[in-house]
Amino acid sequence: MIKLDIHKKLSGANGEMELNVQLNIKEGEFLALSGKSGSGKTTLLRILAGLEEAEGSIKIGEEIWLDKTTFLSPQKRRIGFVFQDYALFPNMTVLDNLLYVVKDKILARKLLDITELSALENRLPNTLSGGQKQRVSLCRAMMRQPKLLLLDEPLSALDPSMRTKLQHEILTLHKEFGTTTIMVSHDPSEIYRLSSRVVVLDQGEIINDGLCKDVLLKTSGSSKFSFEGELLEIVKVDVIYIAIVSIGQQLVEIVVSSQEAENLKVGDMVNVSTKAFTPNISS
Amino acid sequence: MIETILALDFEPFLLSFKLAFLTTLILFILSVPLAWYLSQTRSKIKPFLEALTALPIVLPPSVLGFYILVALSQNSPIGAFFEETFGIRLVFNFTGLVVASCFYSLPFMVQPLQSGFESINKNMLEASYISGKSQFETIIKVALPNIKPALLTALIVTFAHTVGEFGVVLMVGGSIPGETKVASVAIYEMVEMLDYSSAHIYSAIMVLMSFLVLLSVYIFNHKHKTKVGGLHS
Repeated sequence: MIKLDIHKKLSGANGEMELNVQLNIKEGEFLALSGKSGSGKTTLLRILAGLEEAEGSIKIGEEIWLDKTTFLSPQKRRIGFVFQDYALFPNMTVLDNLLYVVKDKILARKLLDITELSALENRLPNTLSGGQKQRVSLCRAMMRQPKLLLLDEPLSALDPSMRTKLQHEILTLHKEFGTTTIMVSHDPSEIYRLSSRVVVLDQGEIINDGLCKDVLLKTSGSSKFSFEGELLEIVKVDVIYIAIVSIGQQLVEIVVSSQEAENLKVGDMVNVSTKAFTPNISS
Repeated sequence: MIETILALDFEPFLLSFKLAFLTTLILFILSVPLAWYLSQTRSKIKPFLEALTALPIVLPPSVLGFYILVALSQNSPIGAFFEETFGIRLVFNFTGLVVASCFYSLPFMVQPLQSGFESINKNMLEASYISGKSQFETIIKVALPNIKPALLTALIVTFAHTVGEFGVVLMVGGSIPGETKVASVAIYEMVEMLDYSSAHIYSAIMVLMSFLVLLSVYIFNHKHKTKVGGLHS
């Protein structure tokens, strides 16, 4: 069991805010951390890794990483960290990047084998594609057989097909080693595919914590389907109004009454749902 | 002409190179930790340290030489301490020249190293710490190998700058043949004695060597850039 109770004052783009996080994470759990940018997700990961100081406590099983009197340095915490920009060592080959962490060739080869990188073990990082680099970075993070694996938006710089492939590999590694994992992600399908639990941060506070299905699925009550989108424009056509809403990568037209149109503002995040055949729109 | 060249005493050049080599070696060992500290710290004393380090660039060599002379002479506590404890005199000999050169060339070693360290992707260093490696191991195995152009610039420019120093050397070392009479001082004396042909040859050698050294640095850096491309990505 991992127990966190973290407090830290942050001065971000939105002014001062307080990071206040209490979490219990089961061993072997795959937890997704979601929320708007600037909500404190990356800071939380960095505090867990020991890269930033904070008040409160971090207990990993019986081990104390942080409390009033203790602050374990990153070197002493057994963690794996995957950065968004890979952060590989450019002066070392793929294999040496792994062996730098722990001189265990058997484990290194096994990891490279799982991620289908064996053929590239003698290449330098600069000769690899983004997806390959991120797989090396993932392998490197696993070399210390970490008690806690932290992934900071690991796939956000990759194209969709490479994402799917890497999601599959992250899942394979998680099954193989059973490492407790926290992943920052914005992509609902990614979160749904990989994690069992999702925690949503806003302004440094946890505003939602639960099973992916409960948190991510937006349908509620008697609505049959429901989408969240941004209101782009309201156009008056004869006597009716048409709202243009951007949902995912698609633009959708929805007929709204003049009363509804008055209550909506361009730029609002709106919920488009339907019961049977009557589309509803509400902000 | 050939006779003049053959008759020339090349000892001042050897002395210049010996001095430059030792200064570069000592400064490298001292400057790596200092440059690393300056590149990583958020402390309020950083600007003071930076200003202090850069001081030899702007000070007239005579000022620097004067203070070093005062500080290291037998009449000062430091000079007296070295003389009594180790039996070493620090002025008007080669040891004194090395000490003075280390002060004089310090910024030329520290500044390229510092900006090299600062250009390294912070995540890469953090990845090393998370891998369980100490700062020392991170500097040796990750930081230094990834700032090769800055490293080379620091070493070569320090070396060349020490070969080219004049004022500080003259103040602290004087002009004792085989001990403190380096190439630049020798040229000064030749001109004073109106021995222009020797001065010409010495000066030409200095110009040529300095140019070749700088050229090799720029060629290396150019090649390195084209080869490695996005080094810090």
